[in-house]
Amino acid sequence: MILRELSEAVGISGQEDAVRALILDAIRDHAQDIRIDPLGSVTARKPASGDAPLRVMLAAHMDEIGFMVTGVDSEGLIRFTNVGGIDDRILPGLRVRIGADAVPGVVIWTPIHHNHEQNVVKLSNLRIDIGASSKDDANGKVRRGDAIAFDSKFMEIGEKTLRGKAFDDRVGCSLLVDVLRGGPYPVEVLAAFTVQEEIGLRGATVAAQTLNPDVALALEGTTAFDLPNPQADADDRDDLNPTCRLGDGPVLTVVDASMIVHPRLLAFLRATAAKHAIPHQFKTRPGGGTDAGAMHRANAGVPSAVISVPCRYIHSPAAYLNRDDYASTLRLIQAVLHDLTPDALAW
Amino acid sequence: MLDLKEHLKTLTETHGPSGHEAPVRAVLRTAWGGLVDSFEQDGLGSLIGIKRATRPTETPRRIMLAAHIDEIGLMVRDIVDGFILTYRVGGLDNRVMLAQPVIVHGRQPLPGLVATTPPHLLTAETRRKYPDHHELVIDLGLPADEVARLVRVGDVVTLDAPLIQLNGRRVAGKALDDRACVAAVTYCLDALQGMQHSWDVYAAATVQEETGLRGATTAAYYVQPDIAIALDVTFGKQPGVESDASFELGGGPALGIGPNFHPKLNEKLRDAAKAHEIKLHDEVIAGHSGTDAWAIQVSQVGIPTALLSIPIRNMHSPVETVDLRDIERVGRLLAHFIAQLDADFLTTIAWQQTMKTAEAAE
Repeated sequence: MILRELSEAVGISGQEDAVRALILDAIRDHAQDIRIDPLGSVTARKPASGDAPLRVMLAAHMDEIGFMVTGVDSEGLIRFTNVGGIDDRILPGLRVRIGADAVPGVVIWTPIHHNHEQNVVKLSNLRIDIGASSKDDANGKVRRGDAIAFDSKFMEIGEKTLRGKAFDDRVGCSLLVDVLRGGPYPVEVLAAFTVQEEIGLRGATVAAQTLNPDVALALEGTTAFDLPNPQADADDRDDLNPTCRLGDGPVLTVVDASMIVHPRLLAFLRATAAKHAIPHQFKTRPGGGTDAGAMHRANAGVPSAVISVPCRYIHSPAAYLNRDDYASTLRLIQAVLHDLTPDALAW
Repeated sequence: MLDLKEHLKTLTETHGPSGHEAPVRAVLRTAWGGLVDSFEQDGLGSLIGIKRATRPTETPRRIMLAAHIDEIGLMVRDIVDGFILTYRVGGLDNRVMLAQPVIVHGRQPLPGLVATTPPHLLTAETRRKYPDHHELVIDLGLPADEVARLVRVGDVVTLDAPLIQLNGRRVAGKALDDRACVAAVTYCLDALQGMQHSWDVYAAATVQEETGLRGATTAAYYVQPDIAIALDVTFGKQPGVESDASFELGGGPALGIGPNFHPKLNEKLRDAAKAHEIKLHDEVIAGHSGTDAWAIQVSQVGIPTALLSIPIRNMHSPVETVDLRDIERVGRLLAHFIAQLDADFLTTIAWQQTMKTAEAAE
């Protein structure tokens, strides 16, 4: 697992270079036809062990949400905008790193002594302070368009928990690297480490059109929100679980904002998990989308599904995931690659 | 030679919310160990480092320096399915808490995160308001039975906010309120090592300032100083803070003016600043200064008190920001001021002296 390195690398949508470098290094000896497509996605092929009955695309996106510098004000404070979906409420007091030199900065906040306003201050009204004494001073350190990333360290907590930024979707990248390092599989694996997922599934659109697979799976880190809910009925476990839970195994998407999962493929995934006694859970919450949303519409249409590792607090400076979930997700993906036949997809 | 940035890093990364300042005291016993002659402690836990006069006056005189060592934080009020709910200790700002890393001081220090809702699941309504303190949930990422074993109601929680270097000599972190001033006292004690002084110096690291100036109340009673200088942070210039009430970072410390402060003592501090070419700004404080100076001034029979302040940005947040030069300036000013205190000093700031001067003018 190279999740630590992947998590600490910075790669906001459109500027995935550091992540791409790590991945190219990690898969070099484990795949063929390794290419970087015109958008920047990395594609690679792992040949089947025999005559491939199917060509299976596995996609994980390299990009993460973050911000970009839009300008510097007269005080030397930095204006910025978001890249991907963010809750403005997490921004006050945030620590960030800016540009290739990873210039440290902090999101300033009017002290509580001077302002108690509880209505949320929009991102456009917040500023980043890099300690510049003037506009010129700041302009020497950062440039418009520089990427801004969360300043977060990867951590191992207790026996099971990992914490870090960008698990959405470096956990998918890490799984895909492990899939390529494993095998061989009876099917041909078409790996796509995609770009620009967070701003509209751009990389996967092109990668799927190019690879033209028979079937596609998006590997994701998805929204676990298994917190106590004061409004919930304490006896109803489902009521506490609006999405999925840490520790309950890989998450199979049924439907989200970007797609309705191919029912035959979903049934196959369930059956495979059951056959191999792999714990799993379902996500029906229709918020968000994944690369599968682009892949299933590629070319003449590709049966597609999503397998995710449950992660708490994605799209924030630090998320949690459970090692057991990672291991069982990898087991499920590999079981699918071993068991999948054209019959599973036939209507 | 004192490495100020390293010292400040150690101070701010040490955890000591109000009432639980022991770790900071331990750091100071080490840092001040070679700089003072002895330590004493008041009944609430304020640590007092005493540096005796090198050329004592006939009647021993005492100056008290007061900087508070407590910081704002949280206290565990309940644990639900392994998730932690809290009360706040001091004026922590609910609006900066979402997604912040914290440390829960249970049976061992436990890193945690303030839980957030993934933006994918947020309603437009929820996005508009910051969650209240009682709605904030801390997630340690540990199983519920582990949390039950390691955490109890009443455990304290602090921000997990290591000191980072920004551009120039600015640094950002937690608890610069008021450890920046504690560092200034260290700087002063360090500078005094090479100087002669006639007054005994009582460097008080006070507790529980954020919950009502309690340590300063007891420390001032304990020390019974002849004069006192409180040290605290003030507002750095930034958007949203009015310009008359804020000061440029790196532009020099501020001297409090108002009823909380002794005008003649202030004058002497201004003279010392001028003599040593240290920029000193006036900070108008019309009533309660909200600092240890407020408690010290009315201790025992009353104590001539002044307030020196270091400007910081983003006060009471995990990214309080200071310019190290301002800390050095306060340390230097204190050392020079102390070195020039002599047997007659109290006479020069006495109220009678002011009256005589007024009569002479007539």
